[in-house]
Amino acid sequence: MERKKGMKRFPLPLIITVLVLISLHAPLVLLVVNSFNASRFGGEWEGFTLKWYEKLWQANEVWESMLVTLKIATSATLASMILGTLAALALHRCRSWLQTAHHTLITLPLALPDILMGMSLLAMFVALGVETGMLTLWIAHTTFCLSYVTMVVLARLQDFDFTLLDAARDLGASRWQATRRVLLPLLLPGILAGGLLAFTLSIDDYVITFFVSGPGTTTLPLRVASMMKTSRALPMINALSTLMIACTFILAAVSFRLQRRNRAA
Amino acid sequence: MSKPNRQELLLSAPSMGWLIVFFALPCLLTLTLAFHQSDLRGGVAAGWTWDTVNSLADPLYLPVVWRTLWISTVTTLLCLALALPMCWCLARLTPRWRNAMLLLVVLPFLTNFLIRIFAWRSLLHPEGPVKQLLVWLHLVGDDVLLLNNAGAVLVVMIYTQLPFAILPLYASVEKFDFTLIHAAHDLGASGWRAFRRVFLPGVRQGIISAAIIVFVSSLGQYVIPQFIGGTGDEMIGNKIVQRAFTDRNLPLACALAGALLLCVMVPVLIMAWRERKV
Repeated sequence: MERKKGMKRFPLPLIITVLVLISLHAPLVLLVVNSFNASRFGGEWEGFTLKWYEKLWQANEVWESMLVTLKIATSATLASMILGTLAALALHRCRSWLQTAHHTLITLPLALPDILMGMSLLAMFVALGVETGMLTLWIAHTTFCLSYVTMVVLARLQDFDFTLLDAARDLGASRWQATRRVLLPLLLPGILAGGLLAFTLSIDDYVITFFVSGPGTTTLPLRVASMMKTSRALPMINALSTLMIACTFILAAVSFRLQRRNRAA
Repeated sequence: MSKPNRQELLLSAPSMGWLIVFFALPCLLTLTLAFHQSDLRGGVAAGWTWDTVNSLADPLYLPVVWRTLWISTVTTLLCLALALPMCWCLARLTPRWRNAMLLLVVLPFLTNFLIRIFAWRSLLHPEGPVKQLLVWLHLVGDDVLLLNNAGAVLVVMIYTQLPFAILPLYASVEKFDFTLIHAAHDLGASGWRAFRRVFLPGVRQGIISAAIIVFVSSLGQYVIPQFIGGTGDEMIGNKIVQRAFTDRNLPLACALAGALLLCVMVPVLIMAWRERKV
């Protein structure tokens, strides 16, 4: 009763919330609707069609970009999962001056705008004479994913009961056995959740990728950007967007499941 | 504070080494490159000079810096103005509804950044639905352009930054004791007065972190002005990209990035200092 009374007395926040939620989703709904619209510019509805999906299917360069994106995302996710898990363990277990520096190094990339990381990595690669391409992309993506994975695993470690490790040691397990058979399986949902976040961020990244990609390593966001410059390709972006939005929803559902199962365990 | 032992060194070495080589050193390099000049082949000339840093005083850059600052400030203020009532509302819902609403806030944010910008381009397109609606309502004339101006940049900036404001703010609103609002009402305060005098001071921490996060990430923005704005709406980020890729003048790009880095470090250090205090 009390709660309802408060709402009624102050309906403005509710109105704002509903309006903001509508405007958050309206642009995306428009994309999905337009991807089935026969009209080229989507000004008005000219009938249902799948021809934009057909055109997209035939656009080889889009699928090549998809392949590059997936390669980079997978390799950067794996590398950042390993580095991030080690970093989280060090940050959680140790309390020396070294970890203060470590913590600063992990959190600073989260705070700085992406353009600075892109520009400084480009400056380094140019100064060292390294050709931009797959390798530089992998390095850049691993670097920005690392901090996010560390933060997610670190949050999981807060709930981890480290006496379990002592128990395993008391029962005769070596340090390595205790880590592999007790710590890693229990930490796995956290590591996977971090990896999923890294994967999403890597696929999504435009700014840093723009700085360090080279010829032949056009990722999907870079491809969308170049498609946006030619009006012929615009309806195809609607179709591509719809597919990507669908993928995002599936990934979000998986990670939601993963977290809920983890909470139940 | 203890001394690090061997196990700690082994655990910390991989990630620390990676971040020193691929994050800290490049940042320092950017700052030092600003004190060189470019050579004719798009590389970096040997020898130290103040010329590149001095060329930042060019009247070309001053309006850009000013625009970057005001667009970021207005984005921050408007994001807070929307996020505050939203968080107030979310916190007062039942947990079931609250989680559903939070999911609705985060979902569009998970969609590819460039696709969200593209969506706004089609939304604000001269033949797009927003324009048609506004013309139908007689709010704008037929010849008004909604795209390629500072207003459009602001709208899309707010659209992309809003979750960055809502999430930290919500974290602190969730801890706010709403019985204080009832107490204020019982003592005769109006809804607005209770909001301003009890709620706002109560969630001050969240407001400050939300503001810093939104402001910092707005400062470095260049994709939105590039795709949504006109030629007169460029921010520092656009200049960095132009110097690095169009002019192939790496030292000047580094000098601009260095200036941005210094601008950004002020709010970031304030945030770090506050966190340590808490």
